[in-house]
Amino acid sequence: MRKAFAFPAWAPPVAAMVLVLLIDTILFPSFFQLRLVDGRLTGSLVDVLIRGTPVALLALGMAGVIATRGIDLSVGAVMAIAGAVAANALAGGASWTTAVLYALAAGLACGLWNGVLVAFLKLQPIVATLVLMVAGRGIAQLVTGGQITTFDDAPFSALAGGTIFAIPAPILVVAAVALLLTLLVRSTALGLMVEAIGVNPRAAELVGINTRSIVLAVYALSGVTAALAGIIATADIRGADANNAGLWLELDAILAVVLGGGSLLGGRLSYGLTLVGAITLQAIKTGILLAGFPPQMGLILMAVMVSILLVIQAPALQQWLQRRTLRKTAS
Amino acid sequence: MAAAPDASENRVMTGQNRTLLVTVAVLVALFAFCASQFPFVLSTRVIGNLLTDNAFLGMLAIGMTVVIISGGIDLSVGSVLAFSAVLLSVLITKRGVDPTVAFVIALGIGTAFGALQGAAVHVLRAPAFIVTLAGMFLARGACFLLTEDSIPISSATYQRLTDAGLPLGGGAHLTLSALILIASIAFTAVLLRRTRFGANVYALGGDRRAAELMGVPAGATTACIYAYSGFMAAAGGILYSLYTQSGYPLAGVGLELDAIAATIIGGTLLAGGYGSVWGTALGVAILGLIQLYITLQGTLSSWVAKIATGALLLFFIGAQKLFSQSSFGTGLFARLGVRVGRRRTFSTEPSQ
Repeated sequence: MRKAFAFPAWAPPVAAMVLVLLIDTILFPSFFQLRLVDGRLTGSLVDVLIRGTPVALLALGMAGVIATRGIDLSVGAVMAIAGAVAANALAGGASWTTAVLYALAAGLACGLWNGVLVAFLKLQPIVATLVLMVAGRGIAQLVTGGQITTFDDAPFSALAGGTIFAIPAPILVVAAVALLLTLLVRSTALGLMVEAIGVNPRAAELVGINTRSIVLAVYALSGVTAALAGIIATADIRGADANNAGLWLELDAILAVVLGGGSLLGGRLSYGLTLVGAITLQAIKTGILLAGFPPQMGLILMAVMVSILLVIQAPALQQWLQRRTLRKTAS
Repeated sequence: MAAAPDASENRVMTGQNRTLLVTVAVLVALFAFCASQFPFVLSTRVIGNLLTDNAFLGMLAIGMTVVIISGGIDLSVGSVLAFSAVLLSVLITKRGVDPTVAFVIALGIGTAFGALQGAAVHVLRAPAFIVTLAGMFLARGACFLLTEDSIPISSATYQRLTDAGLPLGGGAHLTLSALILIASIAFTAVLLRRTRFGANVYALGGDRRAAELMGVPAGATTACIYAYSGFMAAAGGILYSLYTQSGYPLAGVGLELDAIAATIIGGTLLAGGYGSVWGTALGVAILGLIQLYITLQGTLSSWVAKIATGALLLFFIGAQKLFSQSSFGTGLFARLGVRVGRRRTFSTEPSQ
């Protein structure tokens, strides 16, 4: 019996990333060159990874939420809240560890709030998180008193600017979070349960999965990763701007998850592919910059690239391709 | 609607009316609160201004309501509004095109753009969220291609259109924008409730697959739905350009979320299949009233507005959950140890 050919799930996102990186290399031949400058790796690829850090972190949290058929629109606002809390603590003379802990706690609280609304009050995720998206920046402004809070704290700033073994710290943070999460969901049955909820929430509940606590957990996790992104963004600019920190990044994060092969209908969870999606997104943005297009063209090119990737990954196209290969193998 | 059995339709309608009632009650309470602080709010002039100031948001929210009822979402409307306004300013001020011709061009592009998005959603089976997100980038990018500056519109026709209006009494008048908004609400209400197209919109939102099996032309309807939203967004752009007398590429950033918020406050379910444009009109009025109160107060900072809007959103969603046909209300009662038949409690229909 002939085996029906099927594309592995990781193929379209990885193909999309390779395509975008190839285009970048054509536009900018030294794209993959790495140099050591003052004990720090530099180069376009490193730049892509560093600039993509906030979106990658948001996307890692978002991936779990989307896998349960949810969505978290509040992550940008949570970034602003966490940044404001951290900056406020630092400006008040707290140590950098305290500031980080406060910010993470704030993120956790925001995530739990969303999780309770979704898991226990059974609100639609997009509506439930829209509440915090709208109110969150207000809360961040409340924390900073409507001003841009600045601070001068070397260890805290090192979270964005420091290096370990020549590798910039933000990249290490993202890699560590992705690794930790992958281990957590794949060495236990957690990943399976999350995906089961996304495929069919009712069936998942009937087979005895505690859907409430798992859904609560994915939103809480999304809050924490968003806070981490907020901390790095705040450390990067040495200040907290309640109005602009993480503005519209929630849409980028969702896009990164989808480019990584995640489905908004839930049921698919891969932190590795989510990173692939985040890198693809940032490589598109950096490519547009490197190519020297007039900046006004940036958004249009972005839209065109996203549309192309959308077509590549469209379920309709894949079904068509599979039907075609099936017909070929049959004949 | 046409396909739904009688009993369930009645139940839905009852739930809908109940949600609308809650929304009306909150609007009245908010208005009374405003009036108690600033008595002049009760004047026709303020009410007329409220309509004019929120006309463009209202247009977006009307289109958004139709899209959301069909189970989709349209993130591109804010950008399409900006594109329409920028296009008008470029055509009228820089190219000397007659405003009426410019209006037709802008509306045509907006409608075609929407139809294209709808077709992409249907043909690719791609999530509307992502398709319209790409559309949002595209339309906003097109704005910057046209111009990077704010372009004032100076034309005799524009002046006449801005001055035009119906006298309301008390020295106030309903501007053309307000009249267009009211007409659009009424037209869309008829479209949704009294036409085959409207029935198809509800059917698609209720259960897409079932609707297709029942013979609803899903592709054509989806294209029309997004085209309607694109048309409304372009029309919103025209009203915006009348309001500001200019076109600016960064106009209406984030306005799509306000439109979604207004739709939700008005009781339309994001899951689709349920909602009304009347509710949306109330939602826009509530958002406008919050803004008005904060402007009048003067001392309140912008964060109060944001938190208040968020809290109100939450309140409305909670109220919807409690009063519409969800399981939350009965669930709550059950947990409190009160046994109630849901139909008997929440519906005027006799239980079968």
